[in-house]
Amino acid sequence: MANEKNTLKKSPLSAQIDLSKFELATDAEKAQQDVMSESTTFFKDGMRKLLKNPLAVFSIVVLLLIFATTVIAPAVVPYGYEEMISVNGRRDKTAKNLKPFEWSKNEQKFIDDGGKLFPHILGTDEQCRDYFVRIVYGTRVSLIIGVFAAVLVLIIGLLYGSISGYAGGKVDLIMMRIVDIIYSLPDMLMIILLSVVLKETLTPVIEGTVLAKLGTNMLSLFIVFGLLYWVGMARLVRGQILSIKENEYILAARTIGAKPGRIIRKHILPNCISVIFISTALQIPSAIFTESFLSFAGLGVQAPMPSLGSLANEAIKGINSYPHKLIFPSIVICLLVLSFNLLGDGLRDAFDPKLRR
Amino acid sequence: MAKYVGKRILLAVVTVFIICAITFFAMNAIPGGPFDKEKAPTPEVQAVLMERYNLDKPVGTQFILYLKNLVHGDFGVSLKTGRDIAKTVKESFAVSAKLGGMAAFFAVTIGVVLGSIAALMRNKWPDRLIIFFSTLFTALPSFVLAILLLLVFCVQLQWIPAFSTTDKNYILPVISLALYPMAYITRLTKTSMLDALGQDYIRTARAKGVPQAKVIFKHGLRNALIPVITYVGPMLAFILTGSLVVENIFNFGGLGAKFVASITNRDYPMIMAVTIFLATLMVVLNLISDLIYKLVDPRITFE
Repeated sequence: MANEKNTLKKSPLSAQIDLSKFELATDAEKAQQDVMSESTTFFKDGMRKLLKNPLAVFSIVVLLLIFATTVIAPAVVPYGYEEMISVNGRRDKTAKNLKPFEWSKNEQKFIDDGGKLFPHILGTDEQCRDYFVRIVYGTRVSLIIGVFAAVLVLIIGLLYGSISGYAGGKVDLIMMRIVDIIYSLPDMLMIILLSVVLKETLTPVIEGTVLAKLGTNMLSLFIVFGLLYWVGMARLVRGQILSIKENEYILAARTIGAKPGRIIRKHILPNCISVIFISTALQIPSAIFTESFLSFAGLGVQAPMPSLGSLANEAIKGINSYPHKLIFPSIVICLLVLSFNLLGDGLRDAFDPKLRR
Repeated sequence: MAKYVGKRILLAVVTVFIICAITFFAMNAIPGGPFDKEKAPTPEVQAVLMERYNLDKPVGTQFILYLKNLVHGDFGVSLKTGRDIAKTVKESFAVSAKLGGMAAFFAVTIGVVLGSIAALMRNKWPDRLIIFFSTLFTALPSFVLAILLLLVFCVQLQWIPAFSTTDKNYILPVISLALYPMAYITRLTKTSMLDALGQDYIRTARAKGVPQAKVIFKHGLRNALIPVITYVGPMLAFILTGSLVVENIFNFGGLGAKFVASITNRDYPMIMAVTIFLATLMVVLNLISDLIYKLVDPRITFE
């Protein structure tokens, strides 16, 4: 056949195309025919899908707004989170429990005399502190705790899970039994218990250091997250690694003599990174939830540092007269948790290869 | 099956033991003894007291003694009230169990019904409405909800007296505890129901002419409920921990309120007792829900 093709001559009855009647296409014309879509990467494609999801975009916008407020507001608003309102350098005792945008008697007088003051956007609390600034700082604390806890969980879970999954055999068995036991410990009770204990034991130890400013409650929160919450992540990573380990390219890498560390880093982790990333993102709202719960029970961050939970807790006392004090921190907690949840769902839809069609 | 059950029970026992150990040694790490008050008794009296409560023995022996008492149902005496802790726990747990049981019941029943409706009316307005609210409720902490309910129904509308002793005062705490698990179960049921209704056996049943109601309830819902069973264990844990603050807000004399009070009072034996009790309860409930899960779903193989 191949022979014939080269030697074939144009026969008058043949339907073969006469090439001389055609001319070569120019480059421009070739480009016109090109139906290939623009080349895309996994990340770009995922981002495109994410930005098409209205709920995810909404949550990104809300989170960016909250984040921007926590960064900008302390620079713009001239009040500190533990600073009592003062007029002309004198403490203003009338600035107690003000409503949003209300002035105290002394402040009103000062303004009538031609002075200028920054409004109390959300009023003040019972200790004459600007409530808006307190909420901004509380949001900051909650966000920091959420992100830091998620990173902590990610690091420990990733290390533990990848070692256990990659090693396999007896090592895996023992490591996973430990995970099973930690997994069945009731986390909230353990957090409360450890907070109580660490509060008593750590306070003298960290006296005077940077850690003292954080407070023992916050430290114990992180310690507990580091001790207990990573097990879910470890299980996830191990499961991923176990399934990826069976692939041929891992065998190929091993055959050419790649070391285990390199195989984990270069071949296994990039393949399960999206699932791990999504799970980390979903860890943030759960940490914020836990923190607000603990602060509400009186085991959260140390006063005078505010957190959203402790602000809500303080607001209960005056709930009949000043319900707005409870409502504002609650709204921020809900918005944060809701946005992170929706964003996590959106990320999963966009980046999880198993959900791709 | 027997091997699996044995393995799970063993794991549960080990977990409970570890919980006891963590609680005991953590509490012992706190500096200061029970007799370090302003009016400290004389050294002789202290020595007698120490001997009586076995505080003069090494920590390891104390732990074994504590475990021994624990097995006999003896939690020791509260430092604050001097009452027998086992009795207090028993009394207050009755209140908490009623509250938690009601919350769990409503969460499961309403959640399953709403989830099924959402799945059957997929992409119509009832589905949208249900999913919108269940997404919203999963972002609402139970304590915020509890206070809002208290504010609206007791203070503003005055429909329900805030602190009455009738069964009426169970309404608001039950709602605030049940709403989050309910929202979660709704979403869970919807996905698993959609999954179940897309299976081949549903098509087979329909092709055979099985009535629609029977297809939905017998073939669809029964299979869709399996994932819900796995959530029952974590849900009960959530309700129990949630009741710590919710009981406090509504002034309930339950176990949760006692626990929070014992933390503020630094009543260490009480903290230990409640932690061990609740933790054991959660482990046991988790074990039961896992075993039921394996029992109802024959497709799951035993290792």
